[in-house]
Amino acid sequence: MIRTLLLAASATLALAVPAAAQTVAITNAKVVIGDGAGPVEGGTVVIRDGRVVAAGAGVAAPAGARVVDAGGRWVTPGIFAGFTRMGIVEVDAVEGTNDTSAGSSPFNAALDVTPAVNPRSSPLAINRLEGVTRAVVAPDNSKGSLFAGQGAVIDLGADTGAVARPRAFQFMEYGEAGARAAGGSRAAAYAMLKNALFEVRDYIRSPASFADRGKDALLTRADAEALVPVVQGRMPLLVHVERASDIQTVLGLKREVPGLRIVLVGATEGWTVAREIAAAGVPVIASALADLPESFEQLAATQSNIGRMKAAGVLVGIGTINQDEARQARWEKQFAGNLVALRRVPGAAGLEWGEAFATITARPAEALGLGDEYGSLKPGRRGDVVIWDGDPLEIGTSAVTVFIDGVEQPMTSRQTRLRERYWDPKEGPLPKAYQH
Amino acid sequence: MFRPVLILGAVIALAGCTESAGRAQSSSSEPASAAPGRGKGYAHDPFPSTYRAYPGTPTLLTNVTIFDGEGGRIDKGSVLFRDGKIVAIGQNLDAGGATVIDGQGKYVTPGVIDIHSHLGDYPSPGVEALSDGNEMTGPVTAEVWAEHSVWPQDPGFSRALTNGGVTTLQILPGSANLMGGRSVTVKNVYARTMQGMKFPGAPYGLKMACGENPKRVYGAKGRMPSTRMGNIAVDRATWAKAVEYKRRWDKYEDKGGEPPTRDLAMDTLRGVLEGEILVQNHCYRADEMAVVMDMAKEFGYHVTAFHHAVEAYKIADLLKANNVCAAVWADWYGFKMEAYDAVNENLAILEKEGACAMIHSDDQNGIQRLNQEVAKARASGIKAGFDISEAQAWRWLAINPARALGIADKTGSLKPGKMADVVLWNGNPFSVYTRPQMVWVDGALLYDANNPKLRPVSDFELGQPGEGDVK
Repeated sequence: MIRTLLLAASATLALAVPAAAQTVAITNAKVVIGDGAGPVEGGTVVIRDGRVVAAGAGVAAPAGARVVDAGGRWVTPGIFAGFTRMGIVEVDAVEGTNDTSAGSSPFNAALDVTPAVNPRSSPLAINRLEGVTRAVVAPDNSKGSLFAGQGAVIDLGADTGAVARPRAFQFMEYGEAGARAAGGSRAAAYAMLKNALFEVRDYIRSPASFADRGKDALLTRADAEALVPVVQGRMPLLVHVERASDIQTVLGLKREVPGLRIVLVGATEGWTVAREIAAAGVPVIASALADLPESFEQLAATQSNIGRMKAAGVLVGIGTINQDEARQARWEKQFAGNLVALRRVPGAAGLEWGEAFATITARPAEALGLGDEYGSLKPGRRGDVVIWDGDPLEIGTSAVTVFIDGVEQPMTSRQTRLRERYWDPKEGPLPKAYQH
Repeated sequence: MFRPVLILGAVIALAGCTESAGRAQSSSSEPASAAPGRGKGYAHDPFPSTYRAYPGTPTLLTNVTIFDGEGGRIDKGSVLFRDGKIVAIGQNLDAGGATVIDGQGKYVTPGVIDIHSHLGDYPSPGVEALSDGNEMTGPVTAEVWAEHSVWPQDPGFSRALTNGGVTTLQILPGSANLMGGRSVTVKNVYARTMQGMKFPGAPYGLKMACGENPKRVYGAKGRMPSTRMGNIAVDRATWAKAVEYKRRWDKYEDKGGEPPTRDLAMDTLRGVLEGEILVQNHCYRADEMAVVMDMAKEFGYHVTAFHHAVEAYKIADLLKANNVCAAVWADWYGFKMEAYDAVNENLAILEKEGACAMIHSDDQNGIQRLNQEVAKARASGIKAGFDISEAQAWRWLAINPARALGIADKTGSLKPGKMADVVLWNGNPFSVYTRPQMVWVDGALLYDANNPKLRPVSDFELGQPGEGDVK
């Protein structure tokens, strides 16, 4: 009990230190930059004012820096989770805690997850403990609209501000889910999309008169306004799509509206049209291990999808759409490790370790156009750094120390507290409720 | 009828029932009053297994690390199997004419067993037309049998085999109902019919569920149960009827006379009370599991395993005292209220306290990586201070689920005489970088990573994009 109290106190102290101003040098590290290269032994990572200053071999610890001796352990950028719903839902089946979608709202594209993100939701702490430091957070769509709204990039730091990059992208459903939302067919989905783009152009031409349109208008003024940066190419449009022909349709859209910065999400059948995706310069945030025809739009599913797309020149990172995405971003390490495993399966396409690690760090950040800010230990990136007690893609490896924006994080969650309480399940001299 | 009766007899013997199976026939001249004998009043196996082992080559795997499935480990070991059965494991075994496979650097384990799957009754593609796992028309449907829903063409079976090394699985009804129906245990071998996959001699399970699902499903329909107390009330009322049903049928089978009216749901529950059918109970919360164990005592049945059991760690001692197993995930949490208190050390705490524990998937993706789930759970335990060896942890997907399925005398470990359900892994299966290289079921080689012809392709995938691809 005393030990627990001490631990809690030290965690609080660590938080209270204005560490963002601190300069930290992690020395004697097996450094992984996160850009696709493998680890470098004997490296140093320097963080100052919340950002990476330098990383690699031959980097010196600046005078006055807090020096953390990694003892030869792995030091990498924190995991950048490519597609999640973390922070906007605590318990899926408890409606009041679930802000992923808004079926009764008159708005769609205008919905912005920013006010819904709860920095104290338990999945943030649970994933932080396992080395996840940033996450792409997307809303979900509802019947009546393809557009789900504007997603954010959040940090998983133990502080009161999680949204690092609000309105980082617009998210929309296409394929089966889009067809269902748009009225029942892919044709309806496509018509709805074209109409929306038409209305947005209308809005751009004359914002003042937009409110007086006819009854066939489907976008509210707020929705149209939210889509302006999408049409103008200032905001990426993430599109969930699985079937090869749907991917082609979406790529075609890019030809029609050249400014669109499309990012494919899911893309189970992407490998079958990989060269077209690469030629269009469209990045992908893919589901790593989807290998079942769980729907008729995923008939060609294989775990080799990412490896084959990568080989065709597609920029591809890992996301977790429809994979308990509200809370299990920590699984991405295991997923990436499995992609390495595929290299030893005859006929399969896997990834080299460095590239596999990049699919959960630099690549998803780059896919969103945020590679200068997140996902690697190149100079200038956010100081999201993790010290691991082994190969971070291997099962059983733990995050030992986690820095987010250069701030060392507490390593407890309600799960660790429950474990401490019940490590010996039997009741003691007082009920369990007094053990804290 | 001959074979099923034998199987039934064997199961009763296992359950420690002292009732004599073959009562003397009445000498009465009226056939209507003749006692059929205990367990012979109606068919207990009307959909018998037609599974037959495929031919195999006598094989000696040498130079491998072996986890025998019961906690044993042999380095530089060998496994010999012939005619579908394990012949020997050890070091320096004589091939005796068997095909020798040198597995330098590789690992051999018994085939993975998943005690909780919905392959076949919630198959891929997950379309409404194939979703046959929950008979959500009443909270007690003990009369339905999952095997009547199982679609043997589910592509998921092939992924479980080739990526997961799964050779045996229990397919359960869903958890919408308090008593959701009978489960079926199958060998992971494609067949044209469900019967062709059915594990010979495996007892049935009864899927029960407590907690959120039944009360939500039936509460929403405006009927009982809509609360946890309603759940238990409906359960108890049903068990009370089952006890009476059993009494009437026992009497008839022992003494003859007019046969009681058949009730298919009650047949299942009578089987549970006899110990012939094993209770597989979906339950998350510690306090609810404790209530269910008392209910089982009240009516004279035994809960074989709680499934999901996210809070099992809180009552590991109680589970041990009641001889009840927990089949759990490594790290699922929070998707609903009763899963809110999950910890990564659930399996480790159960093991530490000496309770019966195992991994399960309940998921068409998770079943492909149960070895990794066990590795995660083991690592969490070690980090928290409970050291468990790899060989011991392998029991969580081998002998422990085999016992909880009532098939431990047939599979679940590499003991001589057992089914040759064997996986050769291309490295240590506790590593994320390892995959099955070859999988044998009953001594027949049914997956070989080096042979595209030995990748099963279900009817559904034939002629479709990706047919026969590595998955």
